[in-house]
Amino acid sequence: MSERTPILGGSPLRKEGRAKVLGAAKYIDDLSLPGMWYGATVRASIARGTIRSITFSPDIDWSEYTIVRASDIPGENTIVHLTKDHPCLAEHAINHPEEPILLLAHPEKSALLAALKNIHIDYDELPGVFTIEESETAVENNDADRIIWPGSDQGGTANCFKKYLMYSGDAKETEDGLAAAFETADFVVEGEYHTGAQEQLYIENNGVIAECFRDATGAIESVCVRGSMQCPYYLVHALTLVFNLPQDKCRVIQVETGGAFGGKEDFPSVIGSHAALLAMKSGHPVKITYDRAEDMAATTKRHPSRTRHRTAVSKDGKLLGGTIEVTIDGGAYATLSPVVLSRATIHAPGPYKWPHIRVRAKAMATNIPPHGAFRGFGAPQSLFGLERHMDKIAKTIGLTPEELRRRNFLATGDCTATGQPLVEPVDMQHLLTRALNEAGYHEKIARYAEENKHSSIKRGVGFAAFMHGTGFTGSGERRLNSLVHVDVMEDGRPHILVSSTEFGQGTNTILSQVAAQTLRLPYEDIVVAQPDTSVVPDSGPTVASRTAMIVGKLIERASLQMLTLLRDEQKLPEDFTPEEFKTAALAYRAQHGSLRSSVRYEPPAKIYWDDDLYRGDAYPGYAWAVYVAEVAVDMNTYMATCTRFDALQEVGMVMHPVLAKGQIEGGVAQGIGYALYEKCMWKDGRMMNNQMTNYIMPTSADLPPIHVHFEEVPCIHGPGGAKGIGELPMDGPAPAILNAIENATGVAFNTIPLLPEDIFERFTSFTDPALGGTEDLDPSVDRDTRVEAPEVTA
Amino acid sequence: MSQINLTINGNRQTLDVPSMKRLLDVLREDLHLTGTKEGCGEGECGACAVLLDGELVNSCLVPALQVNGSRLCTIEGVSTEGRLHPIQQCFLERGGAQCGICTPGMILATHHLLDKYPNPTMEQIQEGLAGNLCRCTGYMRIFESVQQAAQQLVVIRNFDLSS
Repeated sequence: MSERTPILGGSPLRKEGRAKVLGAAKYIDDLSLPGMWYGATVRASIARGTIRSITFSPDIDWSEYTIVRASDIPGENTIVHLTKDHPCLAEHAINHPEEPILLLAHPEKSALLAALKNIHIDYDELPGVFTIEESETAVENNDADRIIWPGSDQGGTANCFKKYLMYSGDAKETEDGLAAAFETADFVVEGEYHTGAQEQLYIENNGVIAECFRDATGAIESVCVRGSMQCPYYLVHALTLVFNLPQDKCRVIQVETGGAFGGKEDFPSVIGSHAALLAMKSGHPVKITYDRAEDMAATTKRHPSRTRHRTAVSKDGKLLGGTIEVTIDGGAYATLSPVVLSRATIHAPGPYKWPHIRVRAKAMATNIPPHGAFRGFGAPQSLFGLERHMDKIAKTIGLTPEELRRRNFLATGDCTATGQPLVEPVDMQHLLTRALNEAGYHEKIARYAEENKHSSIKRGVGFAAFMHGTGFTGSGERRLNSLVHVDVMEDGRPHILVSSTEFGQGTNTILSQVAAQTLRLPYEDIVVAQPDTSVVPDSGPTVASRTAMIVGKLIERASLQMLTLLRDEQKLPEDFTPEEFKTAALAYRAQHGSLRSSVRYEPPAKIYWDDDLYRGDAYPGYAWAVYVAEVAVDMNTYMATCTRFDALQEVGMVMHPVLAKGQIEGGVAQGIGYALYEKCMWKDGRMMNNQMTNYIMPTSADLPPIHVHFEEVPCIHGPGGAKGIGELPMDGPAPAILNAIENATGVAFNTIPLLPEDIFERFTSFTDPALGGTEDLDPSVDRDTRVEAPEVTA
Repeated sequence: MSQINLTINGNRQTLDVPSMKRLLDVLREDLHLTGTKEGCGEGECGACAVLLDGELVNSCLVPALQVNGSRLCTIEGVSTEGRLHPIQQCFLERGGAQCGICTPGMILATHHLLDKYPNPTMEQIQEGLAGNLCRCTGYMRIFESVQQAAQQLVVIRNFDLSS
């Protein structure tokens, strides 16, 4: 039994929950400032080319409008993420069909639509590149017409934003080991796996309100942007460049945010800069809120991917060596692709022991709006490939999917593929046993095999085993150098000051739990300050499942430090009541004017990461999981449905069971959508189904019962033993579901999303249509993968 | 412009608005009732759901003219003097609200569902809420919230009948 205290591990009411259920919570579109105008964006109508001319129709009185072009930008024309390749507004070159060219503002929102229709832009068109393969081919053929991205001094090359090469050991030794493994292995199994783009589909679209302030001489003094976002300091950084202002003159305030999932990590830097430019030029506060069609077409999505595996396996099911090639489609600009690719690379080998492994990864440029952050951040892509491939290996060598994994799982004391020793306990064997039991896996495998013979509904079960690293990759947390404050204000209540944002996942609640637990005060006494960069310090972005573990730990340390201070200076007794705390804190304030406990991130002494070799401790901690999916495939309609889902994970100690279950269930639902429903249709780089009517996410009627199970093992790095949780549930559903579909139908599908038309096409593409849907279909001859010389020589 | 008379959350109102103005915009802009949200503007997501003469409608699809003489209930009319309705309380306790943007519509859809089926089956809940999209929860906490609210409302109704 672990020691549990009532606050952490309990389920207090969500801090801002009352305002939300009352409909009283104010989101950006519920706010308005005096004299506020409305903004809109004029976008390109071609995928690639240069602007020849811009014509304003005389039918509109343009004097009523503020028009911003690239030449109005007072600082640099760039939206900075990792490189400066991404312009704030296109000046000449167009690199994707939603590229912003002009910005308009008007006092009446309704006047914008007509204006947009009366601006005509002529282009000199250039050929576009729309897939990973087209982008690669252009490089291979040295096709100058289709080199759409030139490379950069930050490490990219023509059409390629970033490459990684990761070895499980010394490069030469690993190459030699791989050569020997492929030479001597009983089996060499190859596979290729594809994932599509996915829209975050937060129900609240992107939106901001910006203001610009000038001094007595008329010079720009400062800007302020309020909006729906995850990372206020990312936007501050973007504004400092666009306006050439110091950081303290670029104020950003996060308001209630209606879902994000990564979709409001990097994009607010774009829309926030745009609105601020309109505010600058119009002299009015300006609100830009996208409608659904614009949000879906123009903002980021999950990177499409292709993962290729080549694996050497012994006949008793031991992985001897493997090569993995992960390629993602980054879209038109680098944005966050290098870091998404990094997570894809590190997660590609999964929770397995590889004597020798090489992962090559690259992010290619295409003329599609830049892809960006979405829950999982590269890991769902490479783990989809891996966990489908593990089932393929099992089938090829004649082991069950379960047995193959059991023979290769990482365990406590082993090293991951980056050479990170697993010091904290890891028990994948137990997780697998428990997950399969919870799901009734073995009984169902046997029963469905029998029932499927006589039914046009084919049922099956499948699972995926995986892990997700918590926090920024490698030296990321060291670079972020996050800072938090806990202040006691004049009301005698502790206020948490962080830039970590609430967008539904429960930041406000869990950080309050940590503070209340540590300060031994009632949960209700803790106040979370609104993330306003003029007030809160930079505690890092709210991404990468880092808030609970990294920021939570900082709050725990800041709270402990405050208690020490009050004990030392105010004789706060060892055991105190909330009243005694308040008295001591207010007495301290009376003497010193304020009471603040600040704490900065300190990397654990043993964490080491080598950015050049891509080796070392990739993450301070990992969450481990086994997810089991049950499916039914209707052979009359070719519809595959997930009929039950079991999600078992080890995420350290659970801080808030209700919120934690909600996180897992929500992630699983998005994962089911990723696998079976959500398809982005592209035409010449433009999303064609940019409406909720034709981009289908699961409704309440579509989802199966989702059973969430936790295995609690305290983690030393997180507050109260907690680890990160947010992204994990996105990783497992898609491979588990496609493994289940193979179990149900005998056919291997290796591309998601998998819609009924895809299943139909596959089943009707076999030479004899009469064979469609029977067990005669050989999974090893599917169009995506092939098995190389599976000769059993025993 | 048309003159529209309606009863909203129990209050009679007269408005001069363009006939074809969306009810959603009338609520948000003219009446400053911003609890009703816009998610898609095409009747798919249910974030703008309100009760129009007791029926659940997407206010983004309803022209102002159509509500003349009607009774409307928005999220602002569900609570009483800041006291949460049992449905709201259950959503709060059971994790039925995460980011909160679908919550007003979801609570009105639940209200409508429980009026129709005081003891709904899981299928009735799933079908009844299928017009209200939630991207955060995966719906499981919402189903629990609805079930708990149903139980509480039955107890309250029985109490009302017996007292």
